[in-house]
Amino acid sequence: MIDLSGAPADGHRLAGGLDKPVVRLSKVSRTFGADPPVHALRDVDLAIWPGEWVSIVGPSGSGKSTLLNIVGLLDRQTAGMYRLVGVDVAALDDLGRAGLRGRTIGFVFQAFHLLPHRTVLENVMLAELYVGAPRHGRQERARAALNRVSLDDRADFLPTKLSGGQQQRAAIARALVGEPSLLLCDEPTGNLDSHSAESLLDVFAQLSHDGLTLAVITHDDKVASRAGRQVRIVDGALDELTPPSAGNGQVHGS
Amino acid sequence: MKLRRRGRSGPATAKPRLAARDLFEECLASLLARPGRAVLTVLGTVVGVAALVATLGLSKTAGNQIVGRFDALAATDIVVTPKTGRTGRAVRQNVLPWDAEQRVGRLNGVVAAGTLTDVNVRGELVRAVPVNDPQGQTQFQVPVKAASPGLFRAVRARLSTGRLPDAGHSARGDRVVVLGPNVAAQLHVTRVDNQPAIYIGDRLYVVVGLLSTVQRQPSLLGSIVIPEGTAQREFGLTAPGSVQVETRIGAASVIAGQLPLALNPADPRVLKVAAPPEPRRVRAGVQRDLNSLFLLLGGVSLLVGAIGIANVTLVSVLERVGEIGLRRSLGAARRHIAAQFLMESTTLGLVGGVVGAAVGTLVVVGVAASRAWTPVLEAWVPLGAPLLGGAVGLLSGLYPSARAAALEPVEALRSTM
Repeated sequence: MIDLSGAPADGHRLAGGLDKPVVRLSKVSRTFGADPPVHALRDVDLAIWPGEWVSIVGPSGSGKSTLLNIVGLLDRQTAGMYRLVGVDVAALDDLGRAGLRGRTIGFVFQAFHLLPHRTVLENVMLAELYVGAPRHGRQERARAALNRVSLDDRADFLPTKLSGGQQQRAAIARALVGEPSLLLCDEPTGNLDSHSAESLLDVFAQLSHDGLTLAVITHDDKVASRAGRQVRIVDGALDELTPPSAGNGQVHGS
Repeated sequence: MKLRRRGRSGPATAKPRLAARDLFEECLASLLARPGRAVLTVLGTVVGVAALVATLGLSKTAGNQIVGRFDALAATDIVVTPKTGRTGRAVRQNVLPWDAEQRVGRLNGVVAAGTLTDVNVRGELVRAVPVNDPQGQTQFQVPVKAASPGLFRAVRARLSTGRLPDAGHSARGDRVVVLGPNVAAQLHVTRVDNQPAIYIGDRLYVVVGLLSTVQRQPSLLGSIVIPEGTAQREFGLTAPGSVQVETRIGAASVIAGQLPLALNPADPRVLKVAAPPEPRRVRAGVQRDLNSLFLLLGGVSLLVGAIGIANVTLVSVLERVGEIGLRRSLGAARRHIAAQFLMESTTLGLVGGVVGAAVGTLVVVGVAASRAWTPVLEAWVPLGAPLLGGAVGLLSGLYPSARAAALEPVEALRSTM
């Protein structure tokens, strides 16, 4: 059964309970294969608090992607406990994980992952397909998300007609629909030139300022340095580079 | 304080779901993204379903047509003979009466009736007079048949020249004959106005008429036909061998039931009645033969169509691995991925079924029109064809959609779109 003891599942109580982290990894390990086993993650402890902007850096092969896959419920840890918005994900089946993933996490990929035959607006509207959102107002919500990334004037374009930076902003808009608890970004600037990357980071800064929780995986120090908190992962082990904000430091008060 | 909260509908742990209308729209959008491929994929099912509908319709139409042709002649033809045992001999001799023609003629629905009997001439040869040609053969073994006067109408005999023997000839036992055209040619008899005569054994018979055609009992064309009374007197005939009856159209089955009682009321079971099969039964028989062949052809083409859909859907799955990964990241469970690809293949099959049913119906109507036939198509054929197409699509999509659902999201997301 679903363990709700870590945090209430109800959204309003969660918003009020700032002491509960969005992501809490306790002694999480991920081992591939058996002969010999490859330890992609070893006893990782990580808490990401509401409103934080955390960058996760490390060389390739360090376990960054494995960490992202586990945090994003795309993969399962082999040891340790992972609570996402207070829910122990080990107890969930495929359907439960899919539901939790769709409702709480917005993904931003290096390769954008936009459907080439659909317009930007249609791509953004895909975000509500599986989460049980009403059809009514879907287009308006998608336009509002595009507006947040300043791409509303490209809503009816095909993604192939957009620049890389615009495509990534469209992907961010798709991730923003439905107000996710966590924006999980995998090398978001990896396919962008430095100018586009810079303006994308400005978008992230604005979203963070608005209170969105961001986890950005990158190997680019310039991208990592924009985050309020940096963690490094080397050979599957995690180190804090800047001290964690202890639960309230990144929450912007009004 | 501006804090982002989880705003998507329902609690975070609620099960994901995919509305039927969303599923349908996703399916259409995916298919229409590659319209040329969709059309080509559907083509196989269109051909298969069209072949099935057309063959079912055409066999039905043609079956009706064949029956219609049978009706004219065969459906009015009844022959009564004594029942034979296992040895091939009659169970009982002399079961047909001499007045069979009169008895049968009184039945309502009988157009004509007559008796026809093979005459045992005890090996006597037939020759013409007076020609004596030393080069050629002049004596022949020719079958001799005894007929009552009404027989010639019952077999729809036509004369090329002369006349037919009547009841008077039979009653007096006159030595007159009618020759079938093959016998007439053998004996070099071409005209009857000079009163030619032939010998059967040592007895002389006058040829009164020459047959040109008969529509039943074609053995008459190679026979010598003598009146029944003459056969009784000259060859000791004891009873008629068979009764030939022509009925009105549609009366055959009723008459067939009455004939044994009319001919031998004492023991009707010793008679064998060869009546035409019921029209309905003929139709069913013809259709069964045609259907099995045509259905096999349609089934094979449908199988080819199914393989086409399965193939294209599988290719589509492999091409869209990145899209599958994206959908999983947006909250789609395995079953939603499977449902989408199943829906796509089923839609392809359904469209193929609808188009195929239309094409097949047009073929039936077109062929029927070109032959001036009445097109016949059972209502369930064009209505069921789209369902068949949909079922084919559904089955074809099972394996590809299972492959799509089995993809691990991590692996799927590694693929670019």
